[in-house]
Amino acid sequence: MTEPVVKTDGHPENPQESPIKDEGLEAGVANLSGDRIEKVIHQILKDETAARFKAYIETCVHCGLCSNACHFYLSNDKNPAFSPAGKVKQTIWEMMKRKGRVAPDSIRRMSEIAHTECNLCKRCSMYCPFGIDIAYMMLVVRRICHKLEVTPLYIQDTVNSHSATMNQMWVKEDEWVDTLQWQEEDAREEIPDIRIPLEKEGAEIMYSVIAPEPKFQAELIYQAAILMKTAGVDWTMPATPGWDNSDMAMYTGDNEIMGRLKRKHFETAMRLRVKKIVMGECGHAFRSVYDMGNRWLGWRMPPVRIVHAIEFYYDLLKAGKIKIKKKYQEPVTLHDPCNVSRGGGLHEKARYVVNAICENFTEMHPNREHNYCCAAGGGVINCGPPYKLNRMRGNRVKADQIADTKAKIVIAPCHNCHSGLEDISRHYKLDVEIKFLINILYEVMEKPSQE
Amino acid sequence: MHDLYSFLTGPIAAFSLIVFFGGMLFKILNMVYTVYRKERFILSYISLRYGLRSLVHWLTPFATENMRQHPAMTAVTFLFHICLLLVPVFLLSHIVLMEELLDIRWLALPDSAADGMTAMVVGGCIFFLARRIISPEVRYLTSASDYFLLALVVLPFLSGFYAFHQWPGYPYAVIFHILSGEILLIAIPFTRLSHMIVGLLTRVYTGSEFGKVRQAKDW
Repeated sequence: MTEPVVKTDGHPENPQESPIKDEGLEAGVANLSGDRIEKVIHQILKDETAARFKAYIETCVHCGLCSNACHFYLSNDKNPAFSPAGKVKQTIWEMMKRKGRVAPDSIRRMSEIAHTECNLCKRCSMYCPFGIDIAYMMLVVRRICHKLEVTPLYIQDTVNSHSATMNQMWVKEDEWVDTLQWQEEDAREEIPDIRIPLEKEGAEIMYSVIAPEPKFQAELIYQAAILMKTAGVDWTMPATPGWDNSDMAMYTGDNEIMGRLKRKHFETAMRLRVKKIVMGECGHAFRSVYDMGNRWLGWRMPPVRIVHAIEFYYDLLKAGKIKIKKKYQEPVTLHDPCNVSRGGGLHEKARYVVNAICENFTEMHPNREHNYCCAAGGGVINCGPPYKLNRMRGNRVKADQIADTKAKIVIAPCHNCHSGLEDISRHYKLDVEIKFLINILYEVMEKPSQE
Repeated sequence: MHDLYSFLTGPIAAFSLIVFFGGMLFKILNMVYTVYRKERFILSYISLRYGLRSLVHWLTPFATENMRQHPAMTAVTFLFHICLLLVPVFLLSHIVLMEELLDIRWLALPDSAADGMTAMVVGGCIFFLARRIISPEVRYLTSASDYFLLALVVLPFLSGFYAFHQWPGYPYAVIFHILSGEILLIAIPFTRLSHMIVGLLTRVYTGSEFGKVRQAKDW
């Protein structure tokens, strides 16, 4: 990486002047023509967006008050190119100023900004006096880039997997079922009569996860099964596609594939005639099923009730269905994932759960709705290794925030946060361990075999 | 001069008021119509309760996290906007003009108060200008249009202040004051100054989304 080009005002106009190698972007840009770019920008900015977009553009008074909301801005020494409105300036304003006549290389850079320098965490909506939804503006940019086929390679591959397999990680149907049966078998050493009920029609709950769980975190399914058994929950998992609740298409602006995924997921729950979907500890998937995917399909709220793991654990603990042997003793802190706190108001329930299972809990600051994003969410980590260093530089504030708590365990009830915080811990040498709630819950709860 | 004065305070004043009120009304109706036609989902998320909850927080000084992070900006912004809205409406000489034009009248601010408040508007504009030049994050977002809008706002107040104090050549200042005020009124519906109404609507929508769907605060 070369040094950024510094302009006369003392700030790098283009913080990533050295182009990061990304085959997806390069191949996409090679196919662009001025006419095509203009046509797509017009299509999206004139036809697909409407009153909301116009209101945001006409209301923004360029006051810069959104800046302090953004972890990228704060972590990059307050470089204004990383401020929320600064990113809109480099993308949307530029497209509008040039009436769609944007050079292919500029589209490449805009794709980078929208995909890898914004986590769509919506913290800036809470700092803009007018509540302008800048995450939405960045999604509009991503949508344009998607239509122009200039999307970072890694996340596009994930979307391709979604499209072909209805899950995020190219998990084949038989591999899925095999994995569940393997976890069931392992769990039987702990609780001999445990089941992971597949395809149980009329069960109360369908438990859905994201594809990385069967792919390389199968112990999470194991631990969930133990929890379900212990709490006596009537649950099932589907044996067909539709089991994966994740959604990277939502983050590349590929709304059509997002719609297919969510339809499959909801229809699977309806086929199994369950009363609700309980989902594992994932943030973006919650956003997809609770907020964005359902809307694309025309449902104001999800057609099947969605219960995030945090709320599920809360309900079980509150109802006394799970008993705690001995609380976890290590000092812990809690990272509020954007999509379930700012996106779902689950931060107080998360605290109830943490306090119920841990003895030494220290808050990080700021917290709850105001928590800093992990810098992995919004599809940023899914854009892969080329952008990792920028992602790390873009979240020094998170490292400081964690270090200040002095806790050695960070609870992050979200997959993206989990991976993002592990990277941050390594990069900034924080030497903290990232855990899901279920990891601790599994360790401290009373289990049937121990009665 | 007198003819010009009568022309500006008569037909042109009426014209600028019609453009201002008509333009804003059209803007809002057009927005609602576009929402109805293309983004109807917005209507099903708008919530009076959560929208107002958010609005009240953002209209109360220092009630939000970001306002507390920028105390000077917050204080100036509130004083500026309050004075900006009150002075033109409650200035005695404006009320007298309205009485001539439409035969309606209302209570006026004492002249000394209006004078001080006008100075505050001008001071606010100077603050905003300085901020645009000094703060890197604001300068980065600033283009010529931002200075232009600032000038559009400050000129009627500056000239009004000058005219009120009857400094040398003040009759010209009166003419300039009326003209610049009318230009400002006409410009509002067509520029980012329309945030005076649209900004409330975007806030209400975001407040509704945060309160109703995301069950979180947005301040």
